[in-house]
Amino acid sequence: MASWEDFIQQIDDYRWEIPVSFKEGMRVPGRIYASRQLLEMAAQEEALEQTANVAFLPGIVWRSLAMPDIHQGYGFPIGGVAAMRLDDGVVSPGGVGFDINCGTRIILSNLTEAEVRPRLKELANQLFRDIPAGMGGHGALDLTDLELNDVMHRGAAWMVDRGYGSAEDLERIESGGCLPGADPARVSQRARDRGRRQLGTLGSGNHFVEVQTLEHVLDPVTAARFGFTTPGQVVVFLHTGSRGFGHQTCQDYLDRMEAVQKRYSIVLPDRQLACAPIRSPEGEHYLAAMAAAGNYAFANRQCITELTRRAFARVFGRDDHALGMELLYDVAHNSAKIERHTYEGRPIDLCVHRKGATRAFPAGHPDVPARYRDVGQPVLVPGDMGRYSYVAVGLAGAMQETWGSVCHGAGRVQSRHAALRMLRGVDLVKRLEDEGIIVRARNPRLLAEEASEAYKDVASVVDVLEHAGIARKVVRLRPLAVIKG
Amino acid sequence: MTNATDRPLEPGFELFEVTADVGVVARGPTPEAALAEAARGMYAVMVELDGVRNRESRVVELRADDLEHLLERWLLELLFLTESEDMLFSRFEVTLGEAGALRATAYGEPIDVERHVLGPEVKAITRHQLGVRPVAGGYEARVVFDI
Repeated sequence: MASWEDFIQQIDDYRWEIPVSFKEGMRVPGRIYASRQLLEMAAQEEALEQTANVAFLPGIVWRSLAMPDIHQGYGFPIGGVAAMRLDDGVVSPGGVGFDINCGTRIILSNLTEAEVRPRLKELANQLFRDIPAGMGGHGALDLTDLELNDVMHRGAAWMVDRGYGSAEDLERIESGGCLPGADPARVSQRARDRGRRQLGTLGSGNHFVEVQTLEHVLDPVTAARFGFTTPGQVVVFLHTGSRGFGHQTCQDYLDRMEAVQKRYSIVLPDRQLACAPIRSPEGEHYLAAMAAAGNYAFANRQCITELTRRAFARVFGRDDHALGMELLYDVAHNSAKIERHTYEGRPIDLCVHRKGATRAFPAGHPDVPARYRDVGQPVLVPGDMGRYSYVAVGLAGAMQETWGSVCHGAGRVQSRHAALRMLRGVDLVKRLEDEGIIVRARNPRLLAEEASEAYKDVASVVDVLEHAGIARKVVRLRPLAVIKG
Repeated sequence: MTNATDRPLEPGFELFEVTADVGVVARGPTPEAALAEAARGMYAVMVELDGVRNRESRVVELRADDLEHLLERWLLELLFLTESEDMLFSRFEVTLGEAGALRATAYGEPIDVERHVLGPEVKAITRHQLGVRPVAGGYEARVVFDI
């Protein structure tokens, strides 16, 4: 590939475009939200080429978008956003990803770092014991086929009915914790078998439960509305998805869609972009299966939320109400959703793919929960386990430019093994403990692969959002304890 | 194609890096050997292979149109056994029949979190660079895992 400067056009300090002339077959330009430094990182791999490839997809409107945490994925880049017209557009399982409806949550508390610090090890141990994680980790629920069908239909509400959390939680989850249109009949037996014992498990890789503390308040008015009080407040940030259930569902439909590319006369530069018209049996079946897997993910995060509350209650001897452990919000970052937007002055219904990108709807949007509607949707942006994470709020600029979307995290900066090599001989658990961060992980090998060195600095990523006017920083959080698979 | 004068490849695999994930390039004197080594490579991501004893076995039989799809389905089948039965494997005997048929025996044991040195789960087999191709002295299989 030629140097990126040969084909990328700079719009301003934070916006860059790949013109349709870059590759024959692009239907719209590509647009990357990034600083020059972040763009240079993306240019070292195939992420920019992948952004251009997404622009080949039939029915794509406006731009193939890439968020500032963009890095190389499979077909779509991670950090990719693409919206398709419903009438002549396609849906692509690769534009959602293997981990369907993977996402993050923040649980608030009224505890302070000063109260938690003396019992931090005990708390980390309790969380580590109570939340199944890593390979071979099983959930406490062994589901029958009928129960699994209910999970697919109802998502987080199913967990609430089983005693995991409260109805109030549901008002603080994207889409109310339930994607419409789920059809268990469109999910394979194999996906069921992979997911049956994994409900209520964290998984491995970059999934985590972190105890964090409020470090800086950057927007006091919005912070107060989100339930943040003063620096030192303790919160829990968690990240997990639909486990083997979602992975298998993605796989099943990649296969099915690849088989029908010719029938629909779809020509693509990368077979991992396999897709089908939204209004086709394959497209409709995928969306119904994706919703089922999405609801599994919502139920999974709901279960882990309650396990977290119970662990806190055990350690601090007060129940989660007394500890103020309300949900702040739950955002998804691997999804395809039918949404109403305004384009060229007219309302239009679109299928918005967000692959490693989250919603960032502004104040007044009907899909922002009532309690946040006058300030805007909380945007959760986890960083890495050694530094910090952010909460931001969606702005109107996001609706105008990115279909109300922003980045989902810091983004990888190099391969896991490079990080591992770099840190060989360094006792990461001890290094983090010296910095006051307690880590409990099933295996140290994975831990090194998740070190700060493997990620971009999330501060530089969220700065782009703010400078581009698509989200505003609200608070910065710092890790105290990290639980991983 | 393989040249008769090339020295047959020693079976083996190496892991390689992609930005967020890991891949394996596996080689052997025959396609069967390359497929077996690709499976060893996949389990090397998930566990330290030396610690997986060959106490149980599972037979896998499947069929695909070409070697590339065969490689993908073979690894997916093993992944399914790992997730649904908690099995880890470290040794594989693969035979290829006519018309894209694969029959294999995988040897290993159930996951023991106390004893096995575990790594990340392999979530999925991606199609990024996926393939099996003839090289000097044998065959090379290449696959990238989503982890």
